[in-house]
Amino acid sequence: MKLHINGENVEVPSSISSVTELLAHFELQDKVVIVELNHDILQKENHAQTNVSDGDRIEIVHFVGGG
Amino acid sequence: MLNIGPYSFHSRLMLGTGKYPDFDIQKQAVDVSGTEILTFSVRRMNIFEPSQPNFLEKIEVEKFKLLPNTAGASTAEEAVRIAKLAKASGLCDMIKVEVIGDAKTLLPDPVETLKATEELLAEGFIVLPYTSDDVLLAKRLQDLGVHAIMPGASPIGSGQGIINPLNLSFIIEQATVPVIVDAGIGTPSDAAIAMEMGADGVLLNTAVSGAKDPVKMAQAMKLGIEAGRLGYEAGRIPKKRYATASSPTEGLSTV
Repeated sequence: MKLHINGENVEVPSSISSVTELLAHFELQDKVVIVELNHDILQKENHAQTNVSDGDRIEIVHFVGGG
Repeated sequence: MLNIGPYSFHSRLMLGTGKYPDFDIQKQAVDVSGTEILTFSVRRMNIFEPSQPNFLEKIEVEKFKLLPNTAGASTAEEAVRIAKLAKASGLCDMIKVEVIGDAKTLLPDPVETLKATEELLAEGFIVLPYTSDDVLLAKRLQDLGVHAIMPGASPIGSGQGIINPLNLSFIIEQATVPVIVDAGIGTPSDAAIAMEMGADGVLLNTAVSGAKDPVKMAQAMKLGIEAGRLGYEAGRIPKKRYATASSPTEGLSTV
């Protein structure tokens, strides 16, 4: 499955069906991350029941140092 | 106590989390500063490097209120999106609206700041807009119902201190919400002056993170802010043109 993540084309196993599984694939399950799927910002509690599919545009962001 | 929206704070220092030499020094600086509010930015994650350390993992997050900023936004639309991303973390509902209008001076775009602020208030955020020292803009933001106003002392990271104390004093005088002096603070005395003028708090980052000894400077800023606040509450003496003796003029023993 091809996804467009943070501006890059990324190939991921097609066994991945949810946002939770996608985060686990990148070993981000324990990180504070925020996911935007096709311009929809997802609440954390909805990651498990939100599906990802071929061609989706995904932004994965987090908090970094700033003033 | 500093009250912002539903929250109360003992410390009047808000500390930025950018540009420290390393996380260890940063953590020590945060600890000695006594701050209860830490600012952050929202950026894309490098998904191929999950092990990269993050400062949030180095601190007890629940001990602090997180104040994400919308830095990187140059329009209201971008700022609102960043704010919503930050809130979706489930970790915070405060937002520092920062809409930069010019890359060289990093001065805020007043029109876009106002638009973003209005929208985020409607969305239920606790909104703290970073603004210039424009008195009427501060008033307009206040009229929208912001939870604090954050006028800059001077350009971000410049360390120039308070370059327009008159405007800042007007903003403080008319304020019905807390005034947090944000950006441009260079020294503990800058922070103290802001507090002596009646500001409710100070937000700074580079002055600490860029100091030769950030931990020591964090402590100095804490003390500067506390001294300034105490001085404000105590009430300064009026300035006089000529001297007034502090020693009695009567009973002088002469030879």
